[in-house]
Amino acid sequence: MISLLDVLTILGAVLLLVVLRAIRREHIRVEHSVSWLAAAAVLILLSRSGAMLEKAAAALKIQEPLLVLLVLILIVFLGVFYRFSRIVSELKDMNITLTQRVAILEFLLREKNGQA
Amino acid sequence: MVNGGRTLILIPAFNEEAAIGAVVREVRQVLPGWPVLVADDGSADGTAVAARAAGAHVLSLPCHLGLGGCVQAGYKLAFELGFQEVVRIDGDGQHDPRFIPQVLGALRGSGCEMAIGVRDGDALRGATLPRRIGIRCFRLLLRPILGRPVADPTSGFVAVNRRALEVFARSFPLEYPEIETLVVLQRRRFRFVETPVPARQRLAGKSTITPLRSLYYVVHVLLGVFVNILRLDARRAARAVGETFDD
Repeated sequence: MISLLDVLTILGAVLLLVVLRAIRREHIRVEHSVSWLAAAAVLILLSRSGAMLEKAAAALKIQEPLLVLLVLILIVFLGVFYRFSRIVSELKDMNITLTQRVAILEFLLREKNGQA
Repeated sequence: MVNGGRTLILIPAFNEEAAIGAVVREVRQVLPGWPVLVADDGSADGTAVAARAAGAHVLSLPCHLGLGGCVQAGYKLAFELGFQEVVRIDGDGQHDPRFIPQVLGALRGSGCEMAIGVRDGDALRGATLPRRIGIRCFRLLLRPILGRPVADPTSGFVAVNRRALEVFARSFPLEYPEIETLVVLQRRRFRFVETPVPARQRLAGKSTITPLRSLYYVVHVLLGVFVNILRLDARRAARAVGETFDD
């Protein structure tokens, strides 16, 4: 029977493949894929390394190693989402500025040509 | 209009093809010779064409930014062209342009940075129940923040002078700007004055604020006000440190 750890390994592998495919097709820029690739690598590494998980569980005083993995996944993915929220906000601000600037320049051009 | 002038009439519009022509014509009839700028927020209909046909200058945004982004584009252009004052009215005909001189008079006479045309009670009674409740809540919320009562914090009938224009050209709330604008003014220690104006029903179309959007509106505005208060506190703290060093 397939264990939860196996499922997480498969999920990590699928995430890795999807992101690599997206990079190849230029759907994701390389600099924005790093967070996802790192998240997938962490997922695969921890789900395949029982010893590492047990050490982490002992260090955090959590009895169930699997719980450590789930907590780590949650932290990693929250970090990724936060990073992307910041990027999206920054891009939106830049888009607004650019859109307004284009409109103003177009207006001035039309005005100069007597068409505004 | 490139050389600017004293006062610009700014009309932000989004999909207001049915009403915008009549609004522009009415403004030009009441205030002949005053420059009228319609900021078209990426409308999918013929808003820009109708506004131009009625004699307005049109600032066409290539995509939809939302009311705040659209109004700010108009403020930026007005500031760059050297206008001293901007009067903003809605593109749906709810604001009677005959009262523009009154709002401007309040701005000039008070020495404040912004004048707000306060809709009378009858107009607010015609609003939906969630909207009336929302306006009451905002009044209660803003009173302690601004240190004074505000009769109509969601009014879009406003006049600003060049000092406010300079600030708004740099920083302006994006989506639902009216309420946050008051807090932005407070941060700068700017003042505003209110003057009563009668409001009318929109000439055509429907409001984009549905009941679900009303809820989003309230949450969005509350968050925006909260963030602005945090910035206000940060400024006060920085000022206090500066004063300590000055001492």
